[in-house]
Amino acid sequence: MELRKQIDHLLAQGDSQAAFRALAELWRCESGPAAAGFVNSRFQTLRPHLALTPYRLAILRSFTVEPLVPLLRAAAFTSGIDLSIHLGDFNAYAQEILEEASPLYQFAPDLVILAVQTSDLAPELCHDYTAHGPPDHQAAIQRVDANFRDWVRAFRGRSSAHLLLHNLESNPVPSHGVLDCQSVMGQSAAIHQINQQLSRLAAESKGVYILDYDALIARHGRLHWRDQRKWLTVRLPIAAAHLLDMTQEWLRFLHPLTGKIAKALVVDLDNTLWGGVIGEDGLAGIQLGLDYPGAAYQALQRAMLDLARRGILLAVCSKNNSEDAMEALSSHPGMLLRPPDFAALRINWTDKAENLRQIAVELNIGVDSLAFLDDNPVERQQVREQLPGVTVIELPPDPACYAQALRDCPVFERLSLSEEDLKRRQFYAIRQQQALFERSCSTSEDFYRSLLQEAEVALLRPATLARVAQLTQKTNQFNLTTRRYSEQQIADLAARPGWQVLSLRVKDRYVDNGLVGVAITEATDGVCRIDTLLLSCRVIGRTLETAFLACLVEKASGRGFRQVEGWFLPTKKNAPARDFYSRHGFQLVSQDGEASRWVIDLASHSVACPAWIRLIAPRGDEE
Amino acid sequence: MSAIFEQVRGIAADLLGVPPDRITSQSSPEDLESWDSVQHLNITLALEQQFQLQFDPEEIDQMRTIGQIATLLEQKLARHQVWKQ
Repeated sequence: MELRKQIDHLLAQGDSQAAFRALAELWRCESGPAAAGFVNSRFQTLRPHLALTPYRLAILRSFTVEPLVPLLRAAAFTSGIDLSIHLGDFNAYAQEILEEASPLYQFAPDLVILAVQTSDLAPELCHDYTAHGPPDHQAAIQRVDANFRDWVRAFRGRSSAHLLLHNLESNPVPSHGVLDCQSVMGQSAAIHQINQQLSRLAAESKGVYILDYDALIARHGRLHWRDQRKWLTVRLPIAAAHLLDMTQEWLRFLHPLTGKIAKALVVDLDNTLWGGVIGEDGLAGIQLGLDYPGAAYQALQRAMLDLARRGILLAVCSKNNSEDAMEALSSHPGMLLRPPDFAALRINWTDKAENLRQIAVELNIGVDSLAFLDDNPVERQQVREQLPGVTVIELPPDPACYAQALRDCPVFERLSLSEEDLKRRQFYAIRQQQALFERSCSTSEDFYRSLLQEAEVALLRPATLARVAQLTQKTNQFNLTTRRYSEQQIADLAARPGWQVLSLRVKDRYVDNGLVGVAITEATDGVCRIDTLLLSCRVIGRTLETAFLACLVEKASGRGFRQVEGWFLPTKKNAPARDFYSRHGFQLVSQDGEASRWVIDLASHSVACPAWIRLIAPRGDEE
Repeated sequence: MSAIFEQVRGIAADLLGVPPDRITSQSSPEDLESWDSVQHLNITLALEQQFQLQFDPEEIDQMRTIGQIATLLEQKLARHQVWKQ
């Protein structure tokens, strides 16, 4: 009651954001029919003041779903989704789908849920099973399949909305008892066959999905799920204890459909990924392995691996000494996850909200795309308050329930997987490996050597024109003159006498970075002038600029030039290139405001390519 | 007022959209406008969820005032206690 008073107080003060957070907390602590009534009534007041995602949902059904609606609306609301809901009349689902002018299509839904019970669609496979023989059973299977196909076809002809079909539930106890499973084609097998056909139908159709109602009920216990008295009196087949489970299952679809998903999961280490505190208990003291209690943490790690294989990035955010934690991550025999599985690692003593912000930047995703898993309620609360966009996963006190809490979280649901989803993990693993390597090398020279870089400089070709122009347009940081050129302009420059357009392609031990550098030079009167020299930010800090310059200077020298000269034109963003010429032995010869002109005398000076870069210069016959 | 009564009143207040102090043991569908058959079902379900029990259809019919609901609930919970011992 105290929290309710506080919420009404915040509403009276007009503090919408705080009221929203408090409502979310109320829902988290007390989710159920009563709290739903409270949340939804306050939601009406808050609605105009919050940026919620509007979504139109129609539910077609053969049973009472009315008590589920407020639960679903409250849960969706606290996830940032503003649901408008249309309920079809009892058992009117077929007409609503088939008739073009039905209330369903007038409602213009984004998603339609079709929730029909086995007893309504196929009584001869349900309560009337023993009254019929195998031919009737087969006919029922075919009929139900044909019904669904007709409905999907008609629906697709009239609406582009998503369609979510509940599949059919088996009887808690087969009508023939234990005999049912003694034949290949019993009652349960018949329902199973229909459900398989439904999954096939969904796979063949666009925007059609299956909710595995049979598995949902089984998960919670068929006998326990059902309330026979409520079914017979008010046509509500689901027991009060499981109403939330039904809405939770719908939310698993609503989250990906409304884009309320997490792209990365950030986890704590101590007492989350393993039991105990690594800094105190040491590598041998933490709990992690096949036996209790370490098995609970392995179960969580396994659930995280499942998410990673679904294309969800993993990251670590832990208050720890980095060395201790990294040792456990790298070498503890019970770890199922290893450092390369994490796209970002923040192991330090900074507060978690700040670390989460940095992780979002590092992964190049919004803070809203992060989910956060931490056993410490204080950390969770801090993140909730400071970063309201982050999905903070509520963990029960018992570590044995951690894995389930993660698997229950609807922000990780996906309705399809793309090639990119499957490759994402690999891409970030490579990046992470690179970063680890950098850290493990005692000097930068060791790191450069470990990269095994190969830099290939080549004259402009038709195939590289587009990328060269793009780099001049996009590159801001390592760019000496920031001159922007279109493809046409680049082609014109390359055709002028004395001008050369050169590109730099870089491979290393991990990847082919592709075309990442451009130099444009103009040669007159024995002087080679650098018009443009730039490097993509992807490869800054690996001494490639030295290799590139060495190549230009070497070429100029070989062609008998006296000098190489170039301008540095400062911008707000090109500080990384500021000392480029001075670092390489060039002399400052003139200044024009902020701009500076630099020269190197080839008779007395040269620029050496770093020993750790294999430079491939353009062949003489190309010039 | 018993603790059970307070909880029933809180649930009714949440669902019927009235402040708890406006609800007495005599409150019924006759004097609380929002107490319709849908909300009656919701009140039943909220109690079933919160107290982890199920009402018989006959019991649901007997729930005509907040006071009656609280008394019925107390009896049911007491029976549960007896079974548990």
